[in-house]
This record gives sequence, C-alpha cells and structure tokens, in this order.
Amino acid sequence: MTPFEANPRAAEVEAFLARTPFAQKLGMRCDIRGDEMTAILPFSKKLIGNFTIKALHGGAISSFLELTAMAQVFLVTDLARPPKTINLTIDYLRQGHAKDLYARAYITKMGRRMASVRAEAWQEEKSKPVTALMAHFMVGGD
Amino acid sequence: MSADPSDLEQRLALMRENMKMMTKAVPWARDLGFEVTRIEKGRVWGSQPWDDSLVGDPDTGVIHGGVITTLLDNLCGMSCSAILSDFRFVATLDLRIDYMRPADKGRAIIGEAECYHVTRTVCFTRAWAYHETRDKVIATAAGAFAINQPRPADKLESLA
Repeated sequence: MTPFEANPRAAEVEAFLARTPFAQKLGMRCDIRGDEMTAILPFSKKLIGNFTIKALHGGAISSFLELTAMAQVFLVTDLARPPKTINLTIDYLRQGHAKDLYARAYITKMGRRMASVRAEAWQEEKSKPVTALMAHFMVGGD
Repeated sequence: MSADPSDLEQRLALMRENMKMMTKAVPWARDLGFEVTRIEKGRVWGSQPWDDSLVGDPDTGVIHGGVITTLLDNLCGMSCSAILSDFRFVATLDLRIDYMRPADKGRAIIGEAECYHVTRTVCFTRAWAYHETRDKVIATAAGAFAINQPRPADKLESLA
C-alpha cells in the first residue's frame, strides 16, 4: 500500500474531458485529489461576452459549470458514460472578470436514476462566487 | 445615421440592419458561430450551425448543452433590447434550461426567444431550441434579466 493512492476514476474523468471536443474548445482542465475536484477554466479572449466591460460570457461560464458538475458525478460513480443533463438553473451572481475561473461541484443527492448537483464558480475568493448552478442528471435507467 | 436609439421602432430597424454584427461583436458567440436571423418586437431568432468542435458526447456526436445555453441566453438578452422603450444594457440574473431531447448530429439548431414581461428593473424571458418547429423542442429556457441603469460615460471609460 503506497501512502497516496490515486482515485482510479480520476484518470477516466481526465480522459472524458480530453476526448470531449466542447470541453477542449472551452480549454478547461481539472485537478483531482481523492474525491475532490477543482475545475479550472484558464482565461482566454474568446470567452469574453462583453468587450466594453471585459466580462466573461455567461454562456461560457455556465458551460464550464455544467461540465464541472458532470465530471464530479462521473468521478464518484462507476458510470460507463458521462451523465445526461435533465435540467439546470444558473444564477449569475457577480460579473466574471477577464481572468481564470475555478469551480467545484457538490452532489446534493445521488439517487439510483437521478442525481442532484450544485456547483459554484469563483475567481479571487471562493466565498464570492461569480456564478452558481443547480442541475439534475440521469445516472442510470434511461 | 439618423436613427434615434431611444425610439423602439428605429432601434429595431437598426438591430435588423446589424443582425450579423450582433454576434460577431461577442467573442464567445462568434467562436460558437451562431447568428441572429430574425428580429421582431420582443422576439429574436437565431441559428447555431452544427460543428465537430461543439460535440459534448463523442460517442453520439450530440452537441453539448452549453452551446444551447449560450445561444438561448444570448437570444433572451437580445429579446429584452428588442422591447425596452429606452436603450439599456441587460445582464442575466438567472436562467433555467430544460433538456427535452438531444439535438440531431449534423443539424443546425434554431433558437427563439421572447421577452414577455418588463418591469422597471427586470425583463422576463423564455426561449426554445429546436430543429424545425416549436412542436418538437430540444430545450426550453426561462430567464430573468436585470435592466442596468445607464452609466456615466466616464465610468464606462475607466472600466475599459
């Protein structure tokens, strides 16, 4: 037994992001420690939604959060394929500035068929989230 | 240009003239490649062409939900601009998306948004994504938008 045993699902989550064209287009990556994952969206000019105030596009942030939530479900289950999104609600809490964005997802309930997940994205301070997401996913029996 | 942006009819005409520019001026919208195709009072239509790079499930070729979220979010925001009597910027407060069925591989997605109620501070919108008609939707959306009060020009300058 080595002192640190990597989560065997971590490699699968990374492989899922690597072979998903849209995740590659966004440019997101993830940092997995055990069952905790922080997703990172490095700033890129193409993610801007408003030039005048140099704000990130809400659609780019919500895409990143949806992928983060999917990846978190994938990480803690033994699903063969990433979960399907049923619905989601996004709260835009603060303006996303022209800098890197981070996100974490928390599974509120893991059912046999559906999972309820929330996720938050932040920049300078985790306690000051830029955007929050609530989503439901199909995790089996579909 | 003599169009007065404070007049809704003139602003709608101006928006129609510049339909192609409306998404070209937004980097993330331009990167995804969707365009505004029709504008009526309080209603905006757009089209998102299919592309390999937008795929969210490499096994099926289905476009990622985030693409539909971006399309409907943007069109909802524009539907507010297409109904407010004064020109104002709007910011998404919240947006809910329900996915009804996956988009077909290789087909463009049509987005349609409507601003159905306006208060002094908030615009309420709903939107649909489909291939052909609203009878067979891929996703529906409901969003609330905050109406920003005009900023003094010097404040805008300092943010740029």
